[in-house]
Amino acid sequence: MGNIWGCLAPWHRSSLPAGLPHCNTPRSLLQINDSLITTYRDHCHNLTRGGSVFDTMSELFGRATGTTRGIGGSMHMYNKAENFYGGNGIVGSGIPNGAGIAFAHKYRMEPNVCVTMYGDGAANQGQKYEALNLAALWELPCIFVCENNHYGMGTAEWRAAKSSQFFTRGDYIPGIKADGMDVLAVKQVTQFAKQYALDKGPIILELDTYRYHGHSMSDPGSTYRTRDEINVMRQSRDPIDRVKKLLLEAGVPPEDIKKTEKDMKKEVDDAIAEAKKAPEPPLTWMWRNVYANPASCTLRDVGGRYVTPVHDSHYKDLQQIA
Amino acid sequence: MSLLQQSRSLGGALLRGVGLLSQSTRCAAPSASSPSIPLRYMATQGPTQMTVRDALNSAMDEEMERDNDVFVLGEEVAEYQGAYKVTRGLLQKYGPERVKDTPITEAGFTGLSVGAAMAGLKPVCEFMTWNFAMQAVDQLINSAAKTMYMSAGDIPVPVVFRGPNGAAAGVAAQHSQCFAAWYSQVPGLKVLSPYDSEDCRGLLKAAIRDPDPVIFLENEIVYGESFPVSSHVLDKDFLLPIGKAKIMRSGKDVTLVSFSKMVGYCLKAAEQLQSEGISCEVINLRSIKPLDRATILDSVRRTHRMVTVEEGWPQSGVGAEIAATVQEHAFDDLDAPIARVAGAEVPMPYAASLEKAALPQIEDVIKATKRILNK
Repeated sequence: MGNIWGCLAPWHRSSLPAGLPHCNTPRSLLQINDSLITTYRDHCHNLTRGGSVFDTMSELFGRATGTTRGIGGSMHMYNKAENFYGGNGIVGSGIPNGAGIAFAHKYRMEPNVCVTMYGDGAANQGQKYEALNLAALWELPCIFVCENNHYGMGTAEWRAAKSSQFFTRGDYIPGIKADGMDVLAVKQVTQFAKQYALDKGPIILELDTYRYHGHSMSDPGSTYRTRDEINVMRQSRDPIDRVKKLLLEAGVPPEDIKKTEKDMKKEVDDAIAEAKKAPEPPLTWMWRNVYANPASCTLRDVGGRYVTPVHDSHYKDLQQIA
Repeated sequence: MSLLQQSRSLGGALLRGVGLLSQSTRCAAPSASSPSIPLRYMATQGPTQMTVRDALNSAMDEEMERDNDVFVLGEEVAEYQGAYKVTRGLLQKYGPERVKDTPITEAGFTGLSVGAAMAGLKPVCEFMTWNFAMQAVDQLINSAAKTMYMSAGDIPVPVVFRGPNGAAAGVAAQHSQCFAAWYSQVPGLKVLSPYDSEDCRGLLKAAIRDPDPVIFLENEIVYGESFPVSSHVLDKDFLLPIGKAKIMRSGKDVTLVSFSKMVGYCLKAAEQLQSEGISCEVINLRSIKPLDRATILDSVRRTHRMVTVEEGWPQSGVGAEIAATVQEHAFDDLDAPIARVAGAEVPMPYAASLEKAALPQIEDVIKATKRILNK
C-alpha cells in the first residue's frame, strides 16, 4: 500500500481536491475551518492545507524539513491548524474518523463540515457502513467523498464491487455523482454538499476520476489495464488541460498560461532540488511525540537502554541541523 | 451482550457464590428527578465505603462536570444506564448530546471516537467488554496509538477506552479474554488496570485528563466490591499518577506482583502466608504501560524472590515482561527463578469446575510462592 512519488510533479496526480478551499465567500464554499480527512493519497491535500511543495517533497524523501519531519512519510501528512487530519494508511480507517470530526463540529455547534475522502476500493469496507449509519442517525455534518478512479490497486471496480454506483451505496444517505476531473463541476457539487450537510446531515459525493500511474512506485500500472485506456483518459479528460482550454476560450493570452506553467515548473524543480539537499531527521527525533504527556514513560531502544521520550511539535532545533 | 449471556453471568455467579448480589440489586434505573447520589455527600470524616462501580461513575461524573469536551459513548451507556450500570445517572444529568448510545458497531464508533479526539474533544468510549473491542483493534492501534507520532506531534488523540477485561463468571471462551499484554506492547498507548475504588477514581480521572489514548481495563467481578475511600480520594481533583505502581502491603521474603482482580488474590494469599511466617510484599501495578519498573526492581532487590500473577495467558504475557526486566536489571539480586502464575492456555471453558481450573486461584499463588521459597 505504499505511495512514493519520487520526483513527479504533484499536480499531475489523478484528481484534484474537492472545491477550492481558500475561497472565503460565499459561505457555502469550503473554508479553512471545515475539516478534511483523506487516505494515503494525501500530497495535494497537504498543498491546499498549509503545506508547500518543499515540505511535501522533503517528506517524500524522508527529510527533517518535511511536513511531518520525515517521521510520518508519504502516507502521513497532517496540519491541525488548518483542520487537515491526514494522511491515513489503512484503507477505510479515515471514514469513521471523519464522522468523528464532523461530530466534534456539531458538538461545538460550529457551522462547519468534515470532508471525508476515500476511494472506490475502500467503498466496500464494513467500517464505512458503520460510519454512514452513525452519521445519518446522529445527523452529522459530514460530506463523504468517494474518489472513484476505478481501480483499487490492481483490481478494477467491476471485480471488487457488486454495485459500482458508489453514490447510491449510502442507501438512506443521498448521493451525487460528478466528473471529478472537471474543476468547476467539483466546485459546484461541493458547494451544494456543504449546504446540505449543514442543514440536513450527511451526503455522499462520488467524483469520477482516473489514476494515470500505478497504485504506487512499485506498480507499473499495466498488468491489469491497457495503455490505450490510460492514454485516452489523459487526452480527453485531463483536468489541467481542460482548465487551460477554458482559459484560452475565455480570452486569457496563451503567453500568460505558458508563463504560469513555466513558473510553476521552476517552483517545483527548485523545491525538489532544495528538498534533496535537506538532512534526514536526527536520531533524537525518533523518540519524539510517541506521547503528548510522556511523564513516567520510558521507551526501550534496540540495545535495551531506556530512553525518556519528549513531546515537541515545534522542532526549533531544525535550524541547527538544516 | 445478549440477555442470555447476561442472565447466565448473573445467575451463574450467584450460584457459585461470587459476590455479584450487589450488582443485581442496583438494576433499577434512577428516575429523572433523582440522579445517582454519590456516597461522598453522605460522608463527613473518616473512611467511607465505595463500590468500584460508584468509583468509576463518580470519576466520569466529575470529569464531565469539569470539562465540557468530555463525553461518553458506547453500547447501552445512556438509556440502559450502562450494561453493568457503571454509567448510571449520567444521561439524566448531562443529556443525550453528551451521553450517547451507539449501535453495535465497534469499528465505527471507535473510529468516530478517535476522530472526535483528533478534533479536540475528549471521548470516554465504553466497550461492553474488551472482547468486543477486537472488532476495532485497527482503530485503536493504527489510528489512536500512532497518530501523535506520525503527525510529528501535531495531532494528539485524548481518548479513553474503558470496559471490563478478563474473565467474568460463566461467560465462556469468547467473552473471557485478558488483553493487558496485547495493548501494553504498543508505544503510543497507555494501559491502566485498576484494582480497588481508589485506583478506579484516581486512574480514570487521570486518564480522562491525559492527552494520550488510554486503554482502561476494568474487571466485572470487582464492580460490586466495596473498598474504603478517604476524603482525599473523594476529592474531585483526586488524581493518581499514570505509570506508578502501589505497594499494597510491605514484606521482606518475596514480592507478589499483579494487577486488577489478582491484586485481591495476592493480598489474601499474603494474609494466609503471614500466618505461616512468610512475609510477602504485594505490588499493585495499576499501570501496565508505562510499567513502573523502578518499584518492581526496588522491591525484588529487597526480597530477592518474585511471583507474578495474572489471569491472562502466559506466553508473552505481563509476567513474561516483568520476568525479563527483572533478570536484565536485578539478576544478581535473585535467590530463585521468578515464578509466573497465569491463566491456563486454553480458551475459557464453560463448566464451572473447568473455569475455576483455568484461572489462578489464591491456592495457586500460595503454591508458587512456597515453591520458590523451597517450602
